[in-house]
Amino acid sequence: MNYAALIPLFPLVGFAIIGLFGRRLGSEKVIGSIASLAVLASFVTAVAVFMGLTSMPADARSFTVPVYTWIATGSFSVDIAYQFDQLSILFTLIITGIGFLIHVYSTGYMHGDRSFPRFFAYLNLFVFMMLNLVLASNFLLTFLGWEGVGLASYLLIGFWYDRKFEGSGIVWTGDAAKKAFIVNRIGDFGVLLAMFMLFNAFGTLEYATINAQAGVVLGGQETLVTMITLLLFLGCTGKSAQIPLGVWLPDAMAGPTPVSALIHAATMVTSGIFLIARTNVLFAMSPTTMAVVTGIGITTALIAGTVGLVQNDIKKVLAYSTVSQLGFMFTALGVGAFTAGVFHVMTHAFFKALLFLGSGSVIHGMHEEQDIQKMGGLKKYMPITYKTFLVGTLAISGIPLFSGFFSKDEILWFAWLNGSPILWAVGALAAFCTAFYMWRLTALTFLGKERFDHHHVHPHESPKSMTIPLIILAVLSAVGGLLGIPHVLGHPLHLPNLLEEWLAPIFANGVALLPKHTGDHTALEFTLMAVSVGIGAFGIWLAHSLYKDGTEKARALGARFSAVYKLLWRKYGVDEVYDVLIVSPIVVFSRSFLWKMVDVVLIDGIVNGSARFVASTGNVIRRIQTGVAQHYALIMMVGIIALIAIVTVPMLK
Amino acid sequence: MQIDYIGSLPLIVIWLALGAIGIVIQAFVRDNTRLVFGYYVATLGLTGLAAIVLSGHKGASFGGMITLGGYANYFDALFCGAGIMALLAARPYLQKEESEVDEFYTMLVSSVAGMMLMAHASNLVVLFVGIELMSISFYVMAGFFRTSTKSVEAALKYFLLGCFATGFLVYGMSLIYGGTGSLAYGDIARTVVTQQLTYPTLFVVGTTLLVIGLSFKIAAFPFHQWAPDVYEGAPTAVTAFMSTAGKAAAFSAFVAVFVALLPAGWTSEIAQNQQIVIAVIAAATMLLGNITAVVQSNVKRMLAYSSVAHAGYMLMGILAGPSLGTDGMNGHHAIVFYATSYLFMQMGAFVVVGILERRDGGFLNIDDYAGLHHRHPVLAALMAVFMFSLAGIPPFAGFFGKYMLFAAAIERGFTWLAIVGVVSSVISAWFYLGLIVKMYFQDAKDSGHEAPAGLAGFTLAVSVVGVVFFGLFPQLLINIFRSW
Repeated sequence: MNYAALIPLFPLVGFAIIGLFGRRLGSEKVIGSIASLAVLASFVTAVAVFMGLTSMPADARSFTVPVYTWIATGSFSVDIAYQFDQLSILFTLIITGIGFLIHVYSTGYMHGDRSFPRFFAYLNLFVFMMLNLVLASNFLLTFLGWEGVGLASYLLIGFWYDRKFEGSGIVWTGDAAKKAFIVNRIGDFGVLLAMFMLFNAFGTLEYATINAQAGVVLGGQETLVTMITLLLFLGCTGKSAQIPLGVWLPDAMAGPTPVSALIHAATMVTSGIFLIARTNVLFAMSPTTMAVVTGIGITTALIAGTVGLVQNDIKKVLAYSTVSQLGFMFTALGVGAFTAGVFHVMTHAFFKALLFLGSGSVIHGMHEEQDIQKMGGLKKYMPITYKTFLVGTLAISGIPLFSGFFSKDEILWFAWLNGSPILWAVGALAAFCTAFYMWRLTALTFLGKERFDHHHVHPHESPKSMTIPLIILAVLSAVGGLLGIPHVLGHPLHLPNLLEEWLAPIFANGVALLPKHTGDHTALEFTLMAVSVGIGAFGIWLAHSLYKDGTEKARALGARFSAVYKLLWRKYGVDEVYDVLIVSPIVVFSRSFLWKMVDVVLIDGIVNGSARFVASTGNVIRRIQTGVAQHYALIMMVGIIALIAIVTVPMLK
Repeated sequence: MQIDYIGSLPLIVIWLALGAIGIVIQAFVRDNTRLVFGYYVATLGLTGLAAIVLSGHKGASFGGMITLGGYANYFDALFCGAGIMALLAARPYLQKEESEVDEFYTMLVSSVAGMMLMAHASNLVVLFVGIELMSISFYVMAGFFRTSTKSVEAALKYFLLGCFATGFLVYGMSLIYGGTGSLAYGDIARTVVTQQLTYPTLFVVGTTLLVIGLSFKIAAFPFHQWAPDVYEGAPTAVTAFMSTAGKAAAFSAFVAVFVALLPAGWTSEIAQNQQIVIAVIAAATMLLGNITAVVQSNVKRMLAYSSVAHAGYMLMGILAGPSLGTDGMNGHHAIVFYATSYLFMQMGAFVVVGILERRDGGFLNIDDYAGLHHRHPVLAALMAVFMFSLAGIPPFAGFFGKYMLFAAAIERGFTWLAIVGVVSSVISAWFYLGLIVKMYFQDAKDSGHEAPAGLAGFTLAVSVVGVVFFGLFPQLLINIFRSW
């Protein structure tokens, strides 16, 4: 199945065509079609590869396609090779499938934008890089993709570089883009260090070798494994917006909404989960790291969830929701429920892409209005957007039979089983927040009175190119969970957990290293399931009763608990804390010491000094270049004598 | 005498085309520049094709004076390709200067014939004939603008100093003959390996003189001083060719000669002193070339000094020698890779200079390039690619060449030399990137129109494709090298 290597090639070709000839292609239709078809071609190929994999025996579902050896010198060789197995093909299907829908959606959303070709060139570039990230057979190529998606994300957040954007310490969209890029660089540094350490230990960066030999090479060196995995995890906190590097994601909403859907909800931000899943053996070898992952994950889930309760920008609510859901995924990975984590990646990709695209549809219909306090009653103007958004809300809130129910419930169950009841309780609280803020968002946007100015705003349903992707995603959000029916439900009904069976070989080695919990917990599991459904329903009911008629009731409540409200509104003062603890000291230190002392005096001194030295040496040497041939001959003669002396004098002894 | 006619076909084709048919065409056809131009492009194309087709045909010819296949044929193809690129770039340039004369094309092809002999030689006498054939053609080409004092001065300087260096080269060969009793590479190697040197001192002095003679051809310190003056004074199209293909040819001979003179590598006691000589030359050449390039204000001169520095980098490959094990970095392969990528990037840079150059010799100052990207976005972008590659920035071919050379040097324990190389690379970034800064971030002082690129556009396209392609797929070349 060597044709599998074409999967990342299509978007690259799309990027090249649109990037080089975008302006000359002229019509938006042509550009949009090229970009969308490139991703569709990848998706179709990926489906074919997936079919091929299913026809193989379960333990042989993995093959590598070497594209070429970039360079092989001595002991170091860099292969451009793609690895197709259960994990990478799943991510590929998500990336290309949802990517295609979002490309189609964008042709409607970006209609009339003066930089239409640039947008699609970047979008194709992103898909190419993301596919490199997940399909790579070695760390180095993954890192190329890792940096590449960072670049694409930077370019797309700052796509409307001349627009203002309100954020903490941010004025322009370009600032938001920079913030995302710089914060990510910190994490990338961790990944880079981890790669150095892995290469030092294994002499290779191939996943297959590292996963197979991890026990032999790193066995007994828990400190080293912990360091490597923690550094990798630092990179994951950057890309996947976890504490402490999660501050960039809410500001990344400065980008166009399809970008938020594709990059900052469905695909790029899940690369952290992918990386841990890919190297699950290493992580499973370090209980310390697993505990850190769990702790960070659940804390992020709760904090982001509570901050989401009070946001008024439709996209910011979704952004905090994304951070919170990513926290759930890391919690799952941390307690060793790798399949549950990847399952949630998939369902989250469906419903969060749906919600973001739905919000984009609202923003589009409301003429760029993003404040939900100025919306309301949009149900009758935008029926399709409303219905699909409702499906997304129910899915993320964990209402039974919608996709989010299955994946979130599995995570909560494993949090209790492999972790502790407290972990479950915190998770359940975060799940309550999810249901609450999502219904608040739905109610304020689509239900109740119309609070917008009828003279200026004329809400309208979006074109078909935008609503059809919404409908497809809504169907997926509704039924996507059936791929991973938990055993407790599936067993009596004789329904298999397809996803778990599919991914089992990937995680077999990692899971084998972790402690096992056996025994029959059917009753407990059903109870917890009922409780968490109850919590979700309660959240929805509470939000509905508070917000169905607008924000007055909530405002009164907010006034009564103003301390709590302010705390949440200020995002626990995270930005201020960062400012006081990290940014200000760094700025002061940088300005007064690094800049004025080290840079101006020391570095500039050295640089300018050495530059002056080089230049003056050059000026001296050029004097030798007299232009007179006799002088040249003389210097040659001196050189000849000196060289002959060097070789013969030792021989005379 | 044993002659392998099939295997020698590339050489026979170019000799016949030059010596028999070309002369006749030039003697009997009037207004023939276009015909001669086309004829020689076809000749080089045919020769290069023959070399590629026959690259698997290994052996010896002309009574063992010449080796065939592999290494030599690779260089044949490289020289012919470079020759075609230079011919295409030269025609519009010469027309712009109103000095297009058919003899120019003959001289260029005859220099290619000399280079091919250098790569094929397995006898010092053949090597000498090749070097002289190439050099004499270069002397003539350097002085091709007969009415320009600069051009004539360059040719005369080149000729005088070249003769001086040739004297030492021949003297070195004779001493080697005295020490070993043979001029054939194989016999010399055998004598050295079996330690049957009659007069070791003669042999050592002879090899040193040979190194000196070749160092002149590659413009290594302290035998480099002709290079800036000649490269600046010669017509730009000529400079583009001689600073690239000429250097590659000298290195092709350098490598082959060293395989013969030091068959056991650098392990013997005699060799260690030689090693120091080469190391000193390499270090001094890199530093001096780059430091002096920093203070130049003329683009051609800057590139000339940088070309001196690149010779220093490549000498590191000679120092490293062939790889020790199967895993190690092969210094000679690194040289061939570097010479190949250097050919593309340096020729590309000089061709851009040639296109921009005015008839009166204007537009050669670095300051003239300010704001170039406004007027010539494509030329500026190409120049930027060539500069990045020359500075050794990935993913261009220049980066991998440098990486391989430095890695080879470090593997053989010459870490200090690699450090010198890195430091001088940093210095070189100053003027390479400085030119890019000029082109992109400064406002133009000058306006005006340059002649259209014409056929030279093809040369530029090939150059940029080569620089990018061999940066992305270096392994393709390395695999060819491994098959030798």
